[in-house]
Amino acid sequence: MAIFPPENRVWWNEPLHRPEIIWITVAFLWGLVMFFTMIYWHFSGQQNLSNEAYRIFPEVYAERTEAMAEKYTVRTETNLDIPVVHPKPGTDVYMLARLWEWWPILELEKGQEYRLHLSSLDWQHGFSLQPTNINVQVHPGYEMVMTITPTQAGEFGVVCNEFCGIGHHTMVGKIIVVDK
Amino acid sequence: MANELFRICPDTGFKIDRNAEKLIKANAVVAIVFLAVGGLFGLLVALTRWPAVHLLPAEWFYLALTAHGADVLLFWIVFFEIAMLYFTSSVLLNCRLATPKLAWGAFWLMLLGAVIANVAVLQGESSVMFTSYVPMQAAPHFYLGLILFAVGALVAVFIFFGTLVTAREERTYQGSVPLVTFGAITAAIIAVFTLASGAIILVPTFLWSLGLIGDIDPVTYKIVWWAMGHSSQQINVSVHVAIWYAIAAMLLGAKPLSEKVSRFAFLMYIMFLQLASAHHLLVEPGISSEWKIFNTSYALYLAVLGSLIHGMSVPGAIEAAQRRRGFTSGMFEWLRKAPWGNPAFSGMFMSLVFFGFIGGISGVVLGTEQLNIIMHNTLYVPGHFHGTVVAGTTLAFMAITYLVVPLIFRRDIILPGLARWQPYLFGIGVAGISLFMMGAGTLGVSRRHWDMTFTDAAIGFEYPPAAFLMMGLNGIFAIMAAVGGLAFVVVIVGSVLFGTRRDDAYSKAHPVLPPAGAVAVSTYGNEEALKIPGTIMLVTIFFAAFVLYYFVNWKYLSEVWPLS
Ligand code: HEM
Ligand SMILES: [Cu+2]
Ligand SMILES: [Cu+2]
Repeated sequence: MAIFPPENRVWWNEPLHRPEIIWITVAFLWGLVMFFTMIYWHFSGQQNLSNEAYRIFPEVYAERTEAMAEKYTVRTETNLDIPVVHPKPGTDVYMLARLWEWWPILELEKGQEYRLHLSSLDWQHGFSLQPTNINVQVHPGYEMVMTITPTQAGEFGVVCNEFCGIGHHTMVGKIIVVDK
Repeated sequence: MANELFRICPDTGFKIDRNAEKLIKANAVVAIVFLAVGGLFGLLVALTRWPAVHLLPAEWFYLALTAHGADVLLFWIVFFEIAMLYFTSSVLLNCRLATPKLAWGAFWLMLLGAVIANVAVLQGESSVMFTSYVPMQAAPHFYLGLILFAVGALVAVFIFFGTLVTAREERTYQGSVPLVTFGAITAAIIAVFTLASGAIILVPTFLWSLGLIGDIDPVTYKIVWWAMGHSSQQINVSVHVAIWYAIAAMLLGAKPLSEKVSRFAFLMYIMFLQLASAHHLLVEPGISSEWKIFNTSYALYLAVLGSLIHGMSVPGAIEAAQRRRGFTSGMFEWLRKAPWGNPAFSGMFMSLVFFGFIGGISGVVLGTEQLNIIMHNTLYVPGHFHGTVVAGTTLAFMAITYLVVPLIFRRDIILPGLARWQPYLFGIGVAGISLFMMGAGTLGVSRRHWDMTFTDAAIGFEYPPAAFLMMGLNGIFAIMAAVGGLAFVVVIVGSVLFGTRRDDAYSKAHPVLPPAGAVAVSTYGNEEALKIPGTIMLVTIFFAAFVLYYFVNWKYLSEVWPLS
């Protein structure tokens, strides 16, 4: 029994049972399949997270985001006059996280590629783009750059899904995707 | 030498060190107190996340969630594990506990730490979640409490090792240690690594909260914190797997199909689980994909392989034992005729099934590099780990408690009717909250979030209606789980205080363990062909579900906006 020392003193010489051998083999092979699926997806899949990231001072990141907003703001929304920024397709677009907003609102064109930059000015935040469901962690001091291609038109919410203090549940941003 | 130090257990024949016995009792009782407190916070959290109820105000919600995480995941689980370490070393090896005085010191230190951390959280300045990601800052005594707790636990782990050495020197057992003790050794080795990581990260964080040192890098913090946080989940797995084997042995006389395979599976945990910190860093900036893939898969899924092996050996051992008893008709007579009315068995078997089907499968899916993009920080995450650490670990701990009370506390279980139903209430309730949180998470709903309607937000967003339904169902099953949890506390505390005392004569007349199946099963296997068709069927169903669900999630991922 499992609560007593093994009765057979030299238990390590006992032969294995067939069902056990088969299951260990199947399970091991399945592990390989899952392992190589991740690698395979890097070559053939379309959804892979970028490894491009830089160290950055929050002030510098804020400046860059503001510079982009200044250049490309097309209108403002809500009573807080949040700028809606429509940058050129194919370019670098910035969104910043801070207590408790995603800034600015981005307007992107469907089917176009963008280099999206994300960083936080204070604590950690979670970039959760809904309903398409892309979730990325946003750190202060790190600027992540990923290439995204919106494939549906409409309004998408950017929910903060990393707990960031008492205003966490009010931290929602927006990405608008328009047809060209 | 049945002197003062030891008593002979009338049920099992083990020679029990009275010091160890007292320490097991103390640690188990405190564990259950934290389960009760933490479980209550869990219920409050779940009722707040039920949109139609939305119980607590925001500040209280985040406070309750922090307290829930700390009380159940750290304090309940670790106190109980310390009790199990003393049990598997001192009791199962018939050995005196090394340095009982120090063990009491460890106990009080852990308790002090846990109380300090709770006070810090309840004061309201430390609602940072139990993960306390920097640069968000809690009050210094929050970190201090956790550090004291971890140091106490580390001391207790070393007392476990000391006891093993003593047992070896004093030759209190023959041959190799029992499999259950071997599992506990696995857990203890991982615990050393884990608690060391905890110290490495929490000590500087404490100093930082006092203003003594400058910034802590948030990504580094996470890497080291999760070297503690995730690897410590593997302590839980090792311990609850050991408990599965223990309960199967004690109630049914089940013997591992093969010692070699089961021990090797435990060893795989030690060899590969330390890499698991990666599970929490799959969508963090600045970490290479190579690092992520290698570590998140525990080097080709070798630690997962360990669990998959136990997933066959445990039910296989039960089936083989039952068949020896004569339950041989059809594929599943052995399972149908198992002691389902005994909460130790029903709890153990549900723990096995739910841990595999819910916690295990979802864990592998969640830990797949790219799939994490569609799940990170959604409710899928708590859904997954309520399948592992609640339906798996907690339920297994509850199950063994039904044996610990009569054998160690030497009291009969009171309210047997309630006790009989308790594992079902709790187990099915928790399976429900796991599945519904996973469902809501698949629909994108954020974890650790007070208001899924975003009423106070400047920019609104609406989750799909199905997500609201999921959260309502989650609330209902949370109530069921809470009732099950309460029933556990009532039955166990009641039994410890008021249960009929089991002195030697009474124990002989009313044995806890059925007359040894041990004899019946002592030498099956190996030479003869092993017949476990029912287990093979269960494993096949499990495997099919696993493969299917895995690829369904890749399908979901492929529908997401392209990113690179
Ligand atoms: C009555 C039983 C329980 C219920 C109803 C319950 C419910 C919940 C809910 C609804 C959440 C919040 C999800 C969110 O908003 O992010 C949660 C979080 C959590 N639960 Fe439980 N739970 C229970 C028992 C347990 C137990 C026994 C454990 C551990 C052994 C546990 C560990 C956790 C942890 C670690 C978290 C995460 C806290 C965080 O995000 O910081 N729960 N639980
Ligand atoms: Cu935020
Ligand atoms: Cu947030």
